[in-house]
Amino acid sequence: MTPATLAAYSVVAVYSAMAVYVLAFIAFALDLAKRSAIAQSASAGAQAPASLSRASSGSAGAAKATGAAKSSTAVLETTAPPAVPTSSVAGRASRFQRTAYALVIVGWVVHVAALVLRGLAEGRVPWSDLYGFVVTGTGIMVGVFVFIQLWRDLKFLGAYIMAVVVLLLGLASVNFYVPVEPLNPALQSAWLVIHVFVATLGTGFFAVGGGLSIAQLLQTRREAGGLTRVPFLATFPASEVLENIAYRVIVVGFAFWTFTLMAGAIWAERAWGRYWGWDTKEVWTFIIWVVFAGYIHARATRGWRGSRSAWLAIIGFVAVMFNFTIVNLFFKGLHAYTGL
Amino acid sequence: MASRTRSESTPGDDGTSAVGDPLRPSDHVDGTPDDDAPDDGAVTQPRLNLVGYLRFFWRQLTSMRTALVLLLLLALGAVPGSLVPQRSSDPNGVVAYQTNNPDTFKILDSLGLFSTFTSPWFSAIYLLLFVSLVGCIIPRLKHHLDALRAKPPKTPARLERLVGFTSVTTTTDATTAIAEARSLLKRQGYRVADYDGSVSAERGYLRETGNLIFHIALVGILLTVGVFGSFGYTGQRILVQGEAFTNVISDYDSYEPGRFATENSLQPFQLRLDTFEPKYAAQSNGTWAAEDFAANLSTRVPGGAWTKQTLKVNAPVDIGGTNVYLLGNGFAPVVTVKDPKGAVVYSGPVAFLSQDNNLTSTGVIKVPDGLAKQVAFQGFFCPTPVDTPAGCRSLSPYLSTDAKALPVLQLSVFTGDLGLDEGAAVNQYSLNEDKLTKIAGFRTAVPGLDLHVGESADLPNGLGSIEFTGIKRFVSVDIHHDPTPGYALLFALLILGGLLLSLFVPRRRVWIKAVPGAGKKRTRIEYAGLARGEDPTLARAVADLAHRHQQHLDEVAEPTNHQDGEHRMTS
Repeated sequence: MTPATLAAYSVVAVYSAMAVYVLAFIAFALDLAKRSAIAQSASAGAQAPASLSRASSGSAGAAKATGAAKSSTAVLETTAPPAVPTSSVAGRASRFQRTAYALVIVGWVVHVAALVLRGLAEGRVPWSDLYGFVVTGTGIMVGVFVFIQLWRDLKFLGAYIMAVVVLLLGLASVNFYVPVEPLNPALQSAWLVIHVFVATLGTGFFAVGGGLSIAQLLQTRREAGGLTRVPFLATFPASEVLENIAYRVIVVGFAFWTFTLMAGAIWAERAWGRYWGWDTKEVWTFIIWVVFAGYIHARATRGWRGSRSAWLAIIGFVAVMFNFTIVNLFFKGLHAYTGL
Repeated sequence: MASRTRSESTPGDDGTSAVGDPLRPSDHVDGTPDDDAPDDGAVTQPRLNLVGYLRFFWRQLTSMRTALVLLLLLALGAVPGSLVPQRSSDPNGVVAYQTNNPDTFKILDSLGLFSTFTSPWFSAIYLLLFVSLVGCIIPRLKHHLDALRAKPPKTPARLERLVGFTSVTTTTDATTAIAEARSLLKRQGYRVADYDGSVSAERGYLRETGNLIFHIALVGILLTVGVFGSFGYTGQRILVQGEAFTNVISDYDSYEPGRFATENSLQPFQLRLDTFEPKYAAQSNGTWAAEDFAANLSTRVPGGAWTKQTLKVNAPVDIGGTNVYLLGNGFAPVVTVKDPKGAVVYSGPVAFLSQDNNLTSTGVIKVPDGLAKQVAFQGFFCPTPVDTPAGCRSLSPYLSTDAKALPVLQLSVFTGDLGLDEGAAVNQYSLNEDKLTKIAGFRTAVPGLDLHVGESADLPNGLGSIEFTGIKRFVSVDIHHDPTPGYALLFALLILGGLLLSLFVPRRRVWIKAVPGAGKKRTRIEYAGLARGEDPTLARAVADLAHRHQQHLDEVAEPTNHQDGEHRMTS
């Protein structure tokens, strides 16, 4: 097959992946609706409406107790394990959610195929222009979302991740698409593989962390008695649990981001004769690094835990998105590799 | 699990040193709250003398909250550096901004926004941040060095308030249980200490070590860049084929020394461009994309012979610690200007700077002496020309061999004052037309000059003649001596390593206590842990420890002697 044919198949694959992701988004949305229904019937059936927040603290307690019970049953051979207080609200995965997650995996396989085809067409890694970069970055985002489920069930973030990914893919396909071109001499380096790939990995973790922080902020408000019109939140983990998961996801992203910054500096030293020169892209990479450093410090500062640090995580992720779109397109600088 | 529960589960009244970290700032979640430094400032304070104020100020500066606010200010302060062109990275952009928006330029310039990263306010933010950082790490360093030599602290009297508290009753006697506990904890990498009837253990010292390395290496990078960086220099030079460059200040087109760089910092060497080989690929949209640039250089150090080296975009040439980088390239038409009598007054290649991917290039030739008036030429060079009303445009970056569209040099002619006599620096690639009169070219009565290689033309008003004798290639190179990258890389690796340790190694204390029961050889064994820093898996780790310990005790005891009795677990 000629490069042009491969590239054309890649485009078809990207659009197919988008279609599957849209279906996954719909299924995730239906899952949230179902969760709302469950939460409402639980609160209407059992207690007065005002007890929603108590129901959730029950489920948070349940989560904690489950964790502890699981690990201590081995010790406590002779006693019955403590009854796991399953909150009526925290039910099992709905059919919608299972369907949605299956769709995500199907979409992701097609998405990866699109990247492989684009890479074959170009004869190199597929992220040397903005289009390829966004397709890769979203692929990594979905990949992080898929694999993180092995560690912890965060499928409730599915609708958010799918929305972000589909919007970015749509933007890339419509506005950023460029035909296959030879590689700009400035990009002919092994660092293109490492620096950019690790940057997308970091972005994937920041995306999931941002979603968790948004959920945390909403959950905090619901726990304070607000947001009664978003009942599905009652089926999410408690805000404190969300905060801790978000932290653990974001520090992984932060480690990747630190590496990106350093690999970029080493490359810049080779390519431009200086490892740091406050190029616009360097400035924004630095800003993002400092914001997330601030997030980590906020977690250790009295009065900044909880909502304030969550806002920093969200600001950080917004800055990442800004960096990869607006800065790439409209800011003058040395990272002029959009191909547009 | 939830690390925030830690503060609720820490014992406050058992008189042990298990909680709080006295060397942390008072508003750190692990710090000891400070009674005389109220959080919200609304409390009446005792009158302070000068020392008191200094101490108060110091404590504020080294508090977590101040560090956090300074961090966020640093991020915020960097934003204008990306919105407004910077003198360091984009000097032409600054000039363009000044021309286009003279009024806003004045305001922004007075705020230092065109050199954001060296402006007083940005410097103030990061210097305060680093002072705060140093003020934080010095006491912590001392504390940590002590901790590295100290035994784990005394077992708290009441373990049941700590994380993952588990209590199991077995038939094993207390001494065996404690001995087993000690060897188990040691195998798991804990440092252990015995306190009567209990083992106190701590692990994860590397977390704090990593944290300190991370922060110290940050200071190291700042000093490396700020101090050692000043010994370097950077300069640019346009190098036309055949020309030799000698590494002395006067041979640079532009030269920027670091603060401590002297003339002696320049390594003696010579550099010559022999050939330049670009490779382009035709695009479907009619433009050409660069595939590869290779500049074949000859270099020579004093006493040595010329050696051939190839310079590419991602592959600088290193000459004894000084690096040469390939920045740009283009064509340099060679012209000869003669006076009316035929005497040569100017001859040589002139670099024309490319304006697009197809190397439509513009340039200026200045002839200050030898003719009746000072003369300048300004115009286009196109390797594969097509005509437009405003001048030629190139269709390809390669030199055309098609007889219908040979490479062309199109020039307008000016006379007047070139501004070279005042001794002030003048950009050799642009023309200040203020004191010049255009005597030939676009929008004058006399048509401009269109020259192909080998052709010559008379200048208007009998000033003389110009001949286009040939075409050479040029490259622009950046010559850079920086003593810091090695150190910066070392500190960067320390930063990364320190960060990974400080984020992913859990620091925790655990205690195993054996309480001999009344009669029947029954022993109650208690397990509990305390997180020091973020430690989301502590509860699971304590449970796992208890489980393994019981397994070991079972193995030590008779195979038939099953553990039994009452168990208690809290979460």
